[in-house]
Amino acid sequence: MPTTDELKQRIETALPGSRAEVVDLTGGGDHFRATVVAGEFAGMSRIEQHRRVYAVFGGEIGGPIHALSLETRAE
Amino acid sequence: MSENPIREALQEAINDHPVILFMKGTPEQPMCGFSARTVAALDALGSPYAAVDVLPDPRIRQELSAISNWPTIPQLFVKGELVGGCDIVTEMYETGELAQTLGLQQPAETAAPSGAQPSAAPLTPENRL
Repeated sequence: MPTTDELKQRIETALPGSRAEVVDLTGGGDHFRATVVAGEFAGMSRIEQHRRVYAVFGGEIGGPIHALSLETRAE
Repeated sequence: MSENPIREALQEAINDHPVILFMKGTPEQPMCGFSARTVAALDALGSPYAAVDVLPDPRIRQELSAISNWPTIPQLFVKGELVGGCDIVTEMYETGELAQTLGLQQPAETAAPSGAQPSAAPLTPENRL
């Protein structure tokens, strides 16, 4: 079961220079919310920003990670 | 016969309906909080939309995600383009962008859509141009 720390670390590793805050919405280890601030988001649409974060987890979204709610922004 | 009838049917539905929501459950009976919030945003704007329940067959969701390159449900499409899932749609509702995208008037009451009926919202002149 993924932990908030693990998700945070994976996002920050995959998006160099980013800062991520991850909370477990239900305490069940499968519904998360992440706020991600990353320089590389500049000039990207919201859809593209979210896709970028979802791509970090690939097929795990909808699998072990049932839900990952996102808020993204450049600086 | 086509090789992937489900994907083709989905693509056709996306092309045929100017506003179409893929969700878990139905607008009357959403089966997931994220789908419910997205429905609430559309309903708050009085937007007409087509809705497709992805739950009856897991292949619907699989093929939809292959088309949209988006891993989660709900997914809202406007004029054939993916607008977003629950987070983006809710955020766009709050900023008025959703009304703009749908070509509708933003209701004067712009609090987060909770499903509650806003009580007689005051009429406020608004000029966004």
